[in-house]
Amino acid sequence: MNILNEMKLSFSATSKNESFARAAVSSFIVQLDPRVDELADIRTAVSEAVTNSIVHAYRKQSGMVYITVKILENRIVYIQIKDRGCGIEDISKAMEPLYTTAENEERAGLGFAVMESFMDKLSVKSRVGYGTSVFMKKKLSSNGAEE
Amino acid sequence: MIKFLYDGNKITAGLYGEIDHHNATIMREKLDLSIKENIPEELILDFENITFMDSSGVGLIMGRYKLMNELDGKIIIKNTSPQIKKIMKLSGIDKLAQIL
Repeated sequence: MNILNEMKLSFSATSKNESFARAAVSSFIVQLDPRVDELADIRTAVSEAVTNSIVHAYRKQSGMVYITVKILENRIVYIQIKDRGCGIEDISKAMEPLYTTAENEERAGLGFAVMESFMDKLSVKSRVGYGTSVFMKKKLSSNGAEE
Repeated sequence: MIKFLYDGNKITAGLYGEIDHHNATIMREKLDLSIKENIPEELILDFENITFMDSSGVGLIMGRYKLMNELDGKIIIKNTSPQIKKIMKLSGIDKLAQIL
């Protein structure tokens, strides 16, 4: 599938950058004139993935979070969020709703459940000690302006 | 970020801005301080001025729900946008707290 537009972003894994990350992704996607609720879904999914990298992958260590957003044909948005943090030992367990390893920080354990339900496709690749990549796709409705 | 309104045994906390992991940590401290100082029977969380919320907001509500439960009080959530309702429904928190 042809890539119509693409952007890459990297930033420090600090909680202050959570709002920056979702604002940057949503500014890039605005060119497709998405519906308000679709844009909110994407913003939320990005926020969840970036928070996972900051809270779980790097814990309190410093590191970088990498985001790639591609706009494909037929109003498909592809987002990759990658870190070089601790990695996930058991991905299917990590994806179970309400499962969290940061209970005393009041994490609800819903990050992956939100990404899965707000986006059309979600896949996760991880290697312990090397990091995690989250891939998400969403097809925007044709209610907005066409390409 | 939070405007408190005290009315007898009720606290209304008007929340402002975006609730993500970063801001939830700050809001949590402010809410708990007010709850522990006033021991209200009712905590009303007003989401009218919340422009964004991810699952960190669910953690924030669940934590306050537990605290209010320990104090024999209840928690009421009001003025949620469709997007916020969607996350609350996904989390099942709509079964724990009263949502107006």
